[in-house]
Amino acid sequence: MSKGKILGVVLIAGAFAVGNYWGGLNSAAVITSSSGGASFSGGYDASKDAELNSDPVVIEEMKGEVIVVNDGESIMAAVKAANPGDTIQVMPGTYHETVYVDKENISIVGVIKEGARATLDGKGILNDAVLYSGNNFLIDNMKIIGYKGNGIMGQAGNNFIIRNNLIVDTGVYGIFPQLGKNGIVHHNIISGIEDAAIYVGMSDNIQVSYNDVFESVAGIEIENSRHAIVENNYVHNNTGGILAFVTPGLPIKTTYDVIIRNNFVVDNNHKNFAIPGSTVGMIPAGSGIVIWAGDEVIVEGNIITNNKTAGILIAGHNDFGKGSNDPESEPNSDRTMILDNFMMNNGHDTIDEVKALLLTEFKTGNADIINAGSGVDSCIINRHRYVTAGINSWKECDFTNTKDIKTYLLDTPVPARVIDKSERGKIAYLGVCTGCHTYTDRMIGPPINIIQALYMDNPEGIAEYIANPTKKRDDYPEMPPQDYLDEETRLAVAKYMLSRKN
Amino acid sequence: MINFNSNSIVALLLSVIFSFLFSVNAAANTKLNTEPNSKYRAEFTLKKTCPPSFELMEDGTCELRNMYQFYNSVQGRGLGGTQTSLPKHRDGFTPAQIDLGRYLFFDPALSKDNSISCASCHQPEKGFSDDLDRSIGITGEKVGRSAPTLWNVAFLDKFFWDGRADTLEEQAVGPLFDAKEMGNSPEHLLKTLNAIPVYLDMFKVAFPNSDKISIADISASLAAFQSTLISLNSRYDQYAHGHHDALNENEIKGLNIFRSFVARCAECHQPPLFTNNQIAVIGTPDPEGMPFDIGAEKTFNNKKNRGGFKVPTLRNIAKTAPYMHSGGMKDLREATEFYNKGRGHAIPEGEDLLIHWHIWEPDLQDKELDLIVEFLQTLTDESLTPKLPTKLPSGLPVIDRKYAQQKQKQQNNITVSGDEDE
Repeated sequence: MSKGKILGVVLIAGAFAVGNYWGGLNSAAVITSSSGGASFSGGYDASKDAELNSDPVVIEEMKGEVIVVNDGESIMAAVKAANPGDTIQVMPGTYHETVYVDKENISIVGVIKEGARATLDGKGILNDAVLYSGNNFLIDNMKIIGYKGNGIMGQAGNNFIIRNNLIVDTGVYGIFPQLGKNGIVHHNIISGIEDAAIYVGMSDNIQVSYNDVFESVAGIEIENSRHAIVENNYVHNNTGGILAFVTPGLPIKTTYDVIIRNNFVVDNNHKNFAIPGSTVGMIPAGSGIVIWAGDEVIVEGNIITNNKTAGILIAGHNDFGKGSNDPESEPNSDRTMILDNFMMNNGHDTIDEVKALLLTEFKTGNADIINAGSGVDSCIINRHRYVTAGINSWKECDFTNTKDIKTYLLDTPVPARVIDKSERGKIAYLGVCTGCHTYTDRMIGPPINIIQALYMDNPEGIAEYIANPTKKRDDYPEMPPQDYLDEETRLAVAKYMLSRKN
Repeated sequence: MINFNSNSIVALLLSVIFSFLFSVNAAANTKLNTEPNSKYRAEFTLKKTCPPSFELMEDGTCELRNMYQFYNSVQGRGLGGTQTSLPKHRDGFTPAQIDLGRYLFFDPALSKDNSISCASCHQPEKGFSDDLDRSIGITGEKVGRSAPTLWNVAFLDKFFWDGRADTLEEQAVGPLFDAKEMGNSPEHLLKTLNAIPVYLDMFKVAFPNSDKISIADISASLAAFQSTLISLNSRYDQYAHGHHDALNENEIKGLNIFRSFVARCAECHQPPLFTNNQIAVIGTPDPEGMPFDIGAEKTFNNKKNRGGFKVPTLRNIAKTAPYMHSGGMKDLREATEFYNKGRGHAIPEGEDLLIHWHIWEPDLQDKELDLIVEFLQTLTDESLTPKLPTKLPSGLPVIDRKYAQQKQKQQNNITVSGDEDE
């Protein structure tokens, strides 16, 4: 959005604000103690998660083998050799590869010896360091440098743990779990990233804590995600510190129920060096916390200091940036909740738009909290402490802390979907076999009733054959092996096949 | 190698003669079979069994089964990694409705002048698309956009390149009544089908609660048939289900580049459908001489969607060249390269487009582009291609006259060259 346009929006917003302002001027400060009082009761209600209540299954503990990878060997070769449950121990040394994990229950643990780490080095040529799609993935203690894309990227794996990693200059995102549920990102040190050092995308039930993120465009970004807690992080010298965004145009459309608490959000004044066209390219240097179309974001207990544009910026798609072309994404930041925060020396060298917003309320001080959006039902406590604009209509919050919410992580891991054995056979039969076989007619393969006659009481025989087929009939093409179905499924298919009557 | 010996010249001559003879026959064959001939009617019985991969339920409807039902995914949207579920889909039609849809789909009687069918532009052996940059409609002229594949449409919630329809039924009436496509009108279509005794019988069986043929029933059976075009058993799928040897080393390298955040292909073409069902503005060029296509701007009445089109599925993509909404890219290599040439490089002068943020300058090496193309071949699966009817209730040639001629010509060539081998 051009400056002119932003100014226009600001002036209109300002006109509304002036009325509110005169009403509130000179009224006594309402001082609320955040150590007592009610705690936040909203957020995530685990008991309503039907998926978890249906039939929780505790995922197998990591009790597999330990595979040791020494300097000069390949981590990927170890992943290929690993079975679910195995741990891959990577000894100090430099590894030049992309590691992809399309398996469940794999742990990659770097071994640190006298400070020397297992280092994945993309040498500026390789795309991503680690890609995982399996559930229950753990990566620990690795050092990652010089990749073009991401340090660690998740693609729909649930129950992930990404911790103790050192990630420097890896391109677009340092840590990027996407489309996962129930994950932990903590104790990582990340810097020099062109977009977000930590980017949680389209995910649920996430904990981001104790990370040190700096000198990136965005420090920590919670995007199109729900039930996330960002706490106890040190977020400094990025362009923008902590972001809660709804980015339009993505298949999952909401961000809500995000708690940003007890972080150090300081000195986020780095020049914006984002890639042209990226969403974070619009963030003005010096933005502490930015809420952009995210709903139900709670900001509590943070130390937010010396962010030159503003401590906390709140806006919607139509107020800030290029706007939305997505009719399905709701553009406003609704129900923002700001509890006690330590804010000092923010907005000391701010942008014209923020100055103009302050002016509409006859203020000239350093901006702590700026709301340029038109979201509804927001609240704040102890507003008198801060220099603010655009929040006069906000209510007093009816709670003062979030101490009742320890975590949004789940008590038990997201279970793998359990399908009854008979069901497994049916689905594989209908999903795969019926492409070539019908009950009575010749298709690509022989009819099922002929197979039944041959294997009457011998499902094991069918299971064995489909894993290792041999050419039996001159007038039919040879069947491709179906060994990608696991043994249990092959036997289930065979039994189901023999039970068919039409 | 071409070897012009006397035999092959004879073969060529024979095939020309054959095709000429056939075309004369076929030319006559544009008249509808409206005779209430009971012998002809007896040749058409709608199926009572579900198509492959569908289970017949107790209420007589067919439900889809596939291996992705073993998995869950965030928000139930079916997006992301290898083992995620698929989004909600259309099924629950009866075998009779599906089979009727099959006849209608391949029947040129649905067009204004009995010259083309749905399948003229969505041919099974061409990935349910055609091999044209933009399809040719009833007027003989090219229409505005290319024909999208119909594979896995059961999983989509937006139809047409500009996303202007929300259901398959709504989509079906688009081409039927578009002056440039099939050129028909509701009145004329109903008149045509009502005059065909076999269809009268079939509609009674497929829609026992309707007392006459309706446009709603026509589009419902077309939707029923199209929702059975399932392609989920490619080699990629075997890999996704855990058989990692299903892909060779190069293909896996290609997959990794495809899903890396450098190339970012998988951000919009997300597995397992290889589309995220969204509209994206990527700024592909329109062919020379064509006015700029505003795409989804019109659908959503939003300038920010100018030049926006639906993200197409990449399943069976190797079968559907040329690519993009106006078919400007002749092969997969060229289409892949488009993304490597840099953000907005093809935007016409004077246009201001809000290019999707995933489009950037990935700076991939040539070798990496080749590997992506190699990977895309692993998404081919046509094992559930439905059978073409051998004849139609209307008596017209299956798909259309041109198609029938071509098939006949190929048949003749095979026969003749078979003789040659002997």
